[in-house]
Amino acid sequence: MFTEEKKNSQIYQDSNHFKPDTEIAVSNLVKDFYKKKLPINLHGTNSKKYIGYNVQAAKTLNLSNLNGVIEYLPEELYIKVLAGTPIKIIEDLLEKHNQQLAFEPLDFGYINDGKSNKGSAAGCVATNYAGSRRFKVGSVRDFVLGFRGVNGKGDIIKSGGTVVKNVTGYDLSKVVSGSFGTLVALTELTLKVSPKKIFQNTIVIYLDDLKIISSLFHKILGSSNEISGATYIPDEPKSKKFGLNKSRVFKFNDLNNDGPFLAIRLEGDRVSVQERLKDISKELELKKYKTSILDNHQSVPFWTKVNNLELFTSTKNNLIRAVIPPSNSEKLMKFLGNKSKYFIDWSGSLFWIEVPEDDKIGQIREFISKNEGYMTIIMKSENFDFKEKVFSTDKAKLMISKKIKESFDPKSLFNPGRMYREI
Amino acid sequence: MSELALPKVDKNILSKKPLIVSDLKKIINKDNVLSDADEIKPYETDALAAYKNTPLAVVLPENTQEVSEILKYCNNENIKVIPRGAGTGLSGGALPLNDAILLGLGKFNKILDVDFNNNCVVTQPGVTNLSITHAVKHKGYYYAPDPSSQLACSIGGNVAENSGGVHSLKYGTTTNNILGAEMVLMDGTICRLGGKTLDQEGYDLMGLICGSEGLLGVITEVTVKILKNPQTVKAALVGFPTIEDGGNCVTEIISSGIVPAGMEIMDKALIDATEKFAKAGYPMDAEVLMIVELDGTNSEVDGMLKEIEIISKKNNSNSFKLSKNEKERMAFWSGRKAAFPACGAMAPDYYCMDGSIPRGKLSEILKEITRLSKKYNLAVANGFHAGDGNLHPLILFDGSKKEELKKTEEFGAEILKACVKMGGALTGEHGVGIEKRELMCEAFNDDDIQQQLSIKKSLDLKNLLNPGKVYPILRKCAEEGRVHVHRGEEKFPDLPRF
Repeated sequence: MFTEEKKNSQIYQDSNHFKPDTEIAVSNLVKDFYKKKLPINLHGTNSKKYIGYNVQAAKTLNLSNLNGVIEYLPEELYIKVLAGTPIKIIEDLLEKHNQQLAFEPLDFGYINDGKSNKGSAAGCVATNYAGSRRFKVGSVRDFVLGFRGVNGKGDIIKSGGTVVKNVTGYDLSKVVSGSFGTLVALTELTLKVSPKKIFQNTIVIYLDDLKIISSLFHKILGSSNEISGATYIPDEPKSKKFGLNKSRVFKFNDLNNDGPFLAIRLEGDRVSVQERLKDISKELELKKYKTSILDNHQSVPFWTKVNNLELFTSTKNNLIRAVIPPSNSEKLMKFLGNKSKYFIDWSGSLFWIEVPEDDKIGQIREFISKNEGYMTIIMKSENFDFKEKVFSTDKAKLMISKKIKESFDPKSLFNPGRMYREI
Repeated sequence: MSELALPKVDKNILSKKPLIVSDLKKIINKDNVLSDADEIKPYETDALAAYKNTPLAVVLPENTQEVSEILKYCNNENIKVIPRGAGTGLSGGALPLNDAILLGLGKFNKILDVDFNNNCVVTQPGVTNLSITHAVKHKGYYYAPDPSSQLACSIGGNVAENSGGVHSLKYGTTTNNILGAEMVLMDGTICRLGGKTLDQEGYDLMGLICGSEGLLGVITEVTVKILKNPQTVKAALVGFPTIEDGGNCVTEIISSGIVPAGMEIMDKALIDATEKFAKAGYPMDAEVLMIVELDGTNSEVDGMLKEIEIISKKNNSNSFKLSKNEKERMAFWSGRKAAFPACGAMAPDYYCMDGSIPRGKLSEILKEITRLSKKYNLAVANGFHAGDGNLHPLILFDGSKKEELKKTEEFGAEILKACVKMGGALTGEHGVGIEKRELMCEAFNDDDIQQQLSIKKSLDLKNLLNPGKVYPILRKCAEEGRVHVHRGEEKFPDLPRF
C-alpha cells in the first residue's frame, strides 16, 4: 500500500521514513508493517529521543505532522489536540485564556543542547514526566482525559473522552501515559487544563542541615497552605567532572546563590499569597533561618528554570531521575554527599542526579531500591555501560507488562526494546 | 425487569460442587468456605438488588497467599470467580454466577500502616473508605475521594470502580489518590504496583486496574494518599428561576478560574422532594438550586465566595445564602444527601441513572430529560454533580405496572445515549457492571472494545475472572436495567446516595 513506488505521497519521505499527516494514513501504514512484520521507530518531535534504549527498527514513523488544535473549550477545562502538536503551541494558547497545563511539562531541550525544546503533546504523555507542581496536583497521566491512536495491528482505537468523570471501560489513557510509544501510535489527545494562578511568591530558605531540610519537606507536605513547589538546590561539587551552572542559572536580585537553599512556591491571588506567607513563616518557624522572598517577576522564571533542568544544561554525564518516599530523602542526601551533583524537587520525593562515572549507577540503584524508590537513567554518557538497566522493574511486573504489550502490539512492532530489552 | 443474559453455565462445574467445596476447604480455613443455601444468600446480589444469583460457593480468604492459591486452583479447574468488596456497587459488578466462586474480601479489614511521614495509609482492601479518614483525622488529615456510600463501601471496591464523590471536581477520583496496590492475577501471580512514591515507572498498571471492575485482578492491598484538612470550608445555597440560568452560572464559575471543592445542582422536583423529606431550608421559589462548596485558606475562600455571588447575580439568581458555621454547611448538604430516600417516598420505585456530560450541556440535557419525561409520561427528579458534569436523574415509576417498567428502562437508556451524543460518558462513577454493558457500543466501536478485550485476555486467558461484566455479551445494544429500587427496598437503605 505504502511502498517505495509511492514517492509522491504526502506521507512519504524515503523508503524507510514516513511522516503521515492523518490518522487513517498512520493506520494504513501500521497495517502494512504489521503484515510484513516490520518493526517501527515511532516518535513525535524527537525531543526526548535520548531517553531509553536505542530502537533498532526497519521503519521510522514520525508523527509530528499530526499537528493542530482540534477543540479548545476553556469553560469545559479541556483541550483536544492532534498528538504531534508542540507543547509550546498548546501552552501559548492556554496562556491567552489564563489557563495552563497544571502538571508543568518538563523541558528536556536544555540538558540535551542548551536550547528549549518541550516536544509534542504525545511525547509529553508518552514519557509522563511532570514538573515541580506534581506533588500538589498530580502527574501528566492525571490530566489525560482521553486519546485516539493506532495499535500495533493498525486498528484505530480510543479511550476516555472529554469529561472528568468517566468510568466506561478500562482507563487506557493511564496505560499509554509513560509507555514511550511502545503500545499505541497516539493520534489525538484530550488534556485537562486548569485556571492559571495569577500571582506567586517564592520563599528561599538558606540552610544546609540535611535533617532540617528533610523535616521542612515533611512539614510542607503536611501543610494546608497549598504549597505548589518545594525544591532544594545544594552546592555543586567542586569537581571538573561537572559543569558549574548554579550561580548562572539561579541569578536573581533577591536570591543569594552562594550557598545551598530550599525554595517554596505559593500561588494564588495576591491577598491569599500574602496571607499564606505569614502562615508558613509561623508553621515552618522560618525566623530561625536566613530567608528571602522572590516576588512574582522572579518566582515565575525561577520555577521555569527548575523545570527546564537548567542545572544540567548540555551535560555529558549520566542523568538519573529517582523517586523515593519523601521520608527517605535525608538518607539519600547523605548517601550522595557532596560528590554527586543533584537537586531535589516534589518536597523531598524527586531527585535529579548527575553521575559522571558509570560504575556508580549500580550503587545508586541499589540504594534507591532498598529505600523503596525507583530510578530511570534519563541521559546516558558517551561511555554508558549498557549492562545497566535504563528503567527498573521486577519479575512479576515485567511479565504483566509483556502481556499488556502483546495485547496492544502483538508482533512487537512499536519501539522494540526502548524501555525493556524483552519488550 | 428485562431478562439478563449471563455467561453460559458450565454444568460440569455445577455437578462437581461437593468436590470443589472440599478442595477449597483444603486451601483455606474450612470455616471460611460457605456453601449452604442459607450461608450464601447474603452474597447473591450487590446494591443493584434487582438482579440476584446464587454462587456455587463463597470463599472468604484471610491473606494474599490464600487469594493467590484460590485463584490458581480455579484457573486450573476452569472455575469462574466473582470478586466482591462490601457489595455496595450500583451497577451489578459483584453479581454472582451459578457456576462461580464468590471471592469475598471482607476479612481483609485491617489498616496496615498509617504513615504520616509519607502522607499515606497502607490498608487491606476490605477496609471502608470512611475508616481511612477516621484513622488519620486526629492529626488533621483525610482521604479525599468520598463516594456517598463511604460509610460502607470498601477501598478495594473503590479501586475496582474508580469511585469519585462530591469532591472529585477538585481532588479527583480514586485513580488520582492511590500510590500503590498489591494485586493477584487469575493465574495466582502476586504483583506489587507502586508503593509510597509518587508515580510509577513503566506501564501504569495501577491506572489500568483502577476502574477495571474486578475483571483483571483481585486487589489485596492498597496504599492511599492522605491530605491535610483545608483551613476553611464554606458553602453557599443559590436559587435560580430557570434551568438555563443555573446551568450558565455553573459554566461561568468554572470559566472564571474558580475550582470549587464541590458544586451540585438540583432541579425543582428534587428540591421539593428533599425539602419535604429533610427540611434543609431550601428556597422553594427556585426552579434550580445550586450548592457550591469552597475550601482553602480563609481569604481565598471568602474571595471566591464574593466572586460567586457576583456571577450568580449576573445569572439572575433569586436567592443566595452563605453557610455561617459548620452546622449550617452540613444542613445545606442534608437535603442533597437525602435525594434517594426522598424519591423513595414519592413513588413505589425509582431508577438512578449515572451519566456524564460536558458542563456546558447542563441545561441542554435537563431539557432533553424533561422532554423524555413527557414522552414516557414518567416523573423524574434530577441531581447533578454539576462541577464535573456527572448527572444522577432519578426516574420515578411503579414497578407493579408492567408497561411502566419497560418504559422506564427505555427512558433511562435514552438519557445515557443523549449523554454520549453530547460528548459525555455512559457512566461517571457507578461503573458499567451488568447494568450498562449492552450500551457500551454507544460509546465504543468494535475495535475499541476488541482492544479492551485483548487486555482482559492477556491477564485472564480463560475469561474466568468476573465474566459477563462491563463488555457486551449480546453483541447488540440491548437496553437493560438501571439502579432499580422497589418500595424503598434499597440495598443499604441507610447509605446516603448522591
